[in-house]
Amino acid sequence: MAIDNQYLQIKLTEKFGDLVFNFEDSYGMLSFEAPKEQNLKVLQYLYDEPTLGFQFLTDLCAVNYPDDKGRELAVVYHLHNLQTNTRIRFKVFTSIENTDVFTASKLFSAADWMERETFDFYGVNFVGHHNLKRILNVDEMDYFPLRKEFPLEDQTRIDKDDEMFGRG
Amino acid sequence: MSRPVRFNIHPIEAKISDAIGNAPAPEGYGGDGFFTARLSDVVGLARKNSLWPLPFATSCCGIEFMGTMGSHYDLSRFGSERVGFSPRQCDLLMVMGTIAKKMGPVLKQVYLQMAEPRWVIAVGACASSGGIFDTYSVLQGIDQVIPVDVYVPGCPPRPEAILDGFMKIQDLVGQESIRRRNGEQYKALLNGYGIE
Repeated sequence: MAIDNQYLQIKLTEKFGDLVFNFEDSYGMLSFEAPKEQNLKVLQYLYDEPTLGFQFLTDLCAVNYPDDKGRELAVVYHLHNLQTNTRIRFKVFTSIENTDVFTASKLFSAADWMERETFDFYGVNFVGHHNLKRILNVDEMDYFPLRKEFPLEDQTRIDKDDEMFGRG
Repeated sequence: MSRPVRFNIHPIEAKISDAIGNAPAPEGYGGDGFFTARLSDVVGLARKNSLWPLPFATSCCGIEFMGTMGSHYDLSRFGSERVGFSPRQCDLLMVMGTIAKKMGPVLKQVYLQMAEPRWVIAVGACASSGGIFDTYSVLQGIDQVIPVDVYVPGCPPRPEAILDGFMKIQDLVGQESIRRRNGEQYKALLNGYGIE
């Protein structure tokens, strides 16, 4: 029997007060937000609290909102309680100038490579990660390709032969 | 009522001369028991009819190549019965499919491991130009890392197109001067790719 979303919201608000906000129920899955400094405390609470027990990290990724000044990057944690089959989504937002976010890899070993991937594509700097380097892209790459500042068909790139694309 | 299928009960006997083609002899002067020709022509004739391809297949063009290798299209008609999977034994690198930027150094390494003389054919849009993958992770054509002799367009190209490209390679091989690989121009070409 899945944990009730309202119960989750009450438990989180009891513990963290105003530090958890933007509760949303999307297609039955609860999602909420916290300041980025609080991410480990929230994750730890969700992990340790016996009636919550979110001990499985399904996914960790980032989203880029280029128009949202000061909150350009969102780091999203998808958590799963395997006993009750409850899922929850937890977001922290960070500015694109200072992308420091505390690493969750001490709590979830699964976060190790996921954080490397998130760093690789969005440049989120996971503070405390033991080996934060590119995982999928070439090491020489000097930008973060999934940020929305790069158009799909970038006209300024020099490694591309325009003639091959019919615009020579 | 007659049967809908008509059987060929008087088949024409196949003539062996229709099935076997001899490579035309190079230009030369011959007589009783001797024949003289240019060495490069003879070497070219031998090379072009016994190319050993090295398939470097990364995606759908590789599947098309499997069709080309199979009995229906039969690449071995062109003297390349022996598909080698060791770069050290092969003459022709056939790159078929999308090459990611991370794959670039690997491809170059394979090319360097091949002994001279070596030829390269880029099969399909991705290997030739990056194709539809106009994106950060894909090499925009393998000619960014290694020199290419023949490009085969198509997404993926049909086996006929691959065979046509292969025959173009054969023409190049047959006409190549035996001095070309020692020439300054060839050295400059390789230096352009950072190859000694």
